[in-house]
Amino acid sequence: MKSSLKMALGLASAMVASTAVSNVAHAEDLTLCWAAWDPANALVELSKDFTKETGIGMKFEFVPWTNYADRFLNELNSHGKLCDLIIGDSQWIGGAAENGHYVKLNDFFDKEKISMDDFVPATVVGYSEWPKNTPNYWALPAMGDVVGWTYRKDWFSKPELQKEFKEKYGWDLGPPATFDQLKQIAEFFQKRQIDGKTVYGASIYTERGSEGITMGAMDVLYSYGFQYENPKKPYEMEGYVNSDKSVKGLEFYKALYDCCTPPGASNSYMGEGVDAFKSGQVAMHMNFAFTWPGLQKDENVGGDKIGYFVNPKGPDGDQFAQLGGQGISVVSYSDKQESALKYIKWFANKDVQAKWWSLGGYSCLNAVVKDPKFPASQPYAQTFLDSMAIVKDFWAEPSYAPLLQASQKRFHDYVVAGQGSAKDALDGLVKDWTQVFQDDGKM
Amino acid sequence: MLNRTAENVARATPEPLARKVRGISDKGLAWLFISPTILLLLAINIFPLFWAIYLSFTNYRANRPNEVVKNLGFANYQRILGDQDIWIAMQTTAHFVFWTILLQTLIGFTLAWLIDRKFRSHAFWTTLILVPMMLSPAVVGNFWRFLYEPQIGLFAYAISFVSGIPPTNIQMLSNVSLAPWSIIIVDTWMWTPYVMLICLAGLRSIPEYIYEAAEVDRASNWRQFWSITLPMALPFIMLAVLFRGIENFKMFDMVNLLTGGGPGSTTEVASITLKRQAFESWRTGYSSAFAIILFVAVFGLANIYVKALNKVKQR
Repeated sequence: MKSSLKMALGLASAMVASTAVSNVAHAEDLTLCWAAWDPANALVELSKDFTKETGIGMKFEFVPWTNYADRFLNELNSHGKLCDLIIGDSQWIGGAAENGHYVKLNDFFDKEKISMDDFVPATVVGYSEWPKNTPNYWALPAMGDVVGWTYRKDWFSKPELQKEFKEKYGWDLGPPATFDQLKQIAEFFQKRQIDGKTVYGASIYTERGSEGITMGAMDVLYSYGFQYENPKKPYEMEGYVNSDKSVKGLEFYKALYDCCTPPGASNSYMGEGVDAFKSGQVAMHMNFAFTWPGLQKDENVGGDKIGYFVNPKGPDGDQFAQLGGQGISVVSYSDKQESALKYIKWFANKDVQAKWWSLGGYSCLNAVVKDPKFPASQPYAQTFLDSMAIVKDFWAEPSYAPLLQASQKRFHDYVVAGQGSAKDALDGLVKDWTQVFQDDGKM
Repeated sequence: MLNRTAENVARATPEPLARKVRGISDKGLAWLFISPTILLLLAINIFPLFWAIYLSFTNYRANRPNEVVKNLGFANYQRILGDQDIWIAMQTTAHFVFWTILLQTLIGFTLAWLIDRKFRSHAFWTTLILVPMMLSPAVVGNFWRFLYEPQIGLFAYAISFVSGIPPTNIQMLSNVSLAPWSIIIVDTWMWTPYVMLICLAGLRSIPEYIYEAAEVDRASNWRQFWSITLPMALPFIMLAVLFRGIENFKMFDMVNLLTGGGPGSTTEVASITLKRQAFESWRTGYSSAFAIILFVAVFGLANIYVKALNKVKQR
């Protein structure tokens, strides 16, 4: 009896001890939250080196883009402890900073000698600073991204199409330099038979639910002269958001949607765009640069068949592109902030950043992107660099969510549903945004 | 036998506990049994309702936990009632509720009437008709989204085959005029069996001898339908209309999956607007006020309807 009791006690102790050991082993595991997309897989691969170096395990919580903002903003607002590190969207920075969701990183950067001057300036402003253009840092630029275009190089180089195009439009078929040229190319390809299949002009963003149509329309509006506010008087939007140039830009986006998109593309965003391009439906494809490594590798449309070009110029020669991408932040509700900061320090390292780029992530470190070998490192590297030099971003105010919802509604109502005029849509947008800023006490 | 068992149980119960149990009155025991349910209801239904009423008078925003919450009085309610977009969403909801109920009632009752004929293999057909109702709305929504797809969808090809219009021109979910009907078609496909079941129960509850008496009086089939079948099944039909009306007034899943409220705001029903205000724009106080207005509207209309239903039953 005694011996069996001893044995039972021994087994129980061993079980308790092993559980405790396993808890100790996993106690410092960090959870990193991000969107479920190709770069996230690259980050999983990259982070194995961090675990090797520090012994700190990494867990990942990836959520599809359509639920990404809902899921993680809920998590932050409820002061949840799920995420120790979060790669949050650029527009969240104002709200996350003002509501105390992110740890301010200035002291940490000073201590670890991480300088924001070492990163691409646009990404520092876009992903790290709040208030904008002030040295208050809440994130380390992690994933550079920007809206650009891919095109079917193989179709563009078909001699018979080149000849027909030249006869019709008087210039050589190639990557467009202006939006007018882009529309001409899109019209040229719309409903054309290529290799026995009906193809269409372009895939553009039209999604209503999250941020799609805003990202797409803004990508055009910026180059047409749209401004969010009076540069000399913040939050004064009348005459800037709804200027004549902005109206023309929005009219152009609708015309492009009406003339040259595939049938049924009324709710199209990143995933649908990739599908349209990969399935050989469209000649051109507007999308964030993160999609390019995957498309480049695609057997059907990648390799020599794909080309890339920067967002074209507007009628006055202005050229801008919608910024995407994110910074990595430490969540202030995490119990493992020290380890999370270790990860940030490790991630800021030049070698790690170089490997990040080689795995399919978009580094924002100058040492990587300004390396003379960088432009030739991938077929899309130069387009990425050129695009990152002309970025603009949506409001990053704490009230970015209602601001975004207003533009989603106004743009979709006009562009896709054809309700009212471009002027009505932009006047309505000024009214909605004014209301939001009045509610915030900023006007 | 039962008494003996009870005595045995009482004897086996430890003394202090038995004394305690014996000291509780019947009423006390009843409260003891129902209190967990009441507490649960209070926690998950009543408290949130009162909390939402409180929030509806404030500027509270769930994504700004550190912000001072101000009392706005009835400002949120005034703003909602004066908001043109909200009224458009309410009109869209009313349009959707009207057509789905009309179609589901007409088709559902007709199917029930046919099934009630008890023809050969009617049980098989009943089961087959009930299948859509048994599917998850998420499955139905995604399934129909593919069917409606203008390039590969079967629906577009079927319409094209009949009408000669190219399938790529049949853009059910993208076209402003067709998008509301695309949702009405799916909702009718899915929920007509439910209306049919209720109507069938009504038809089966009509005693056979009434029809026999009508036969003796040489009443025509048409006369029997108008004087016996329809009046006696009417309370059931009204009940089905009530259930579907309440459900469709707060319809969310199907619209969200099929069109997401688009194109533009063409199919943006009240529940989609509410979700956008509450969880995308984070206007918690404002959306609480909207939810209360919707609740009062549904509750009020349902009450008026139930009174009418009772009158019909009493006839």
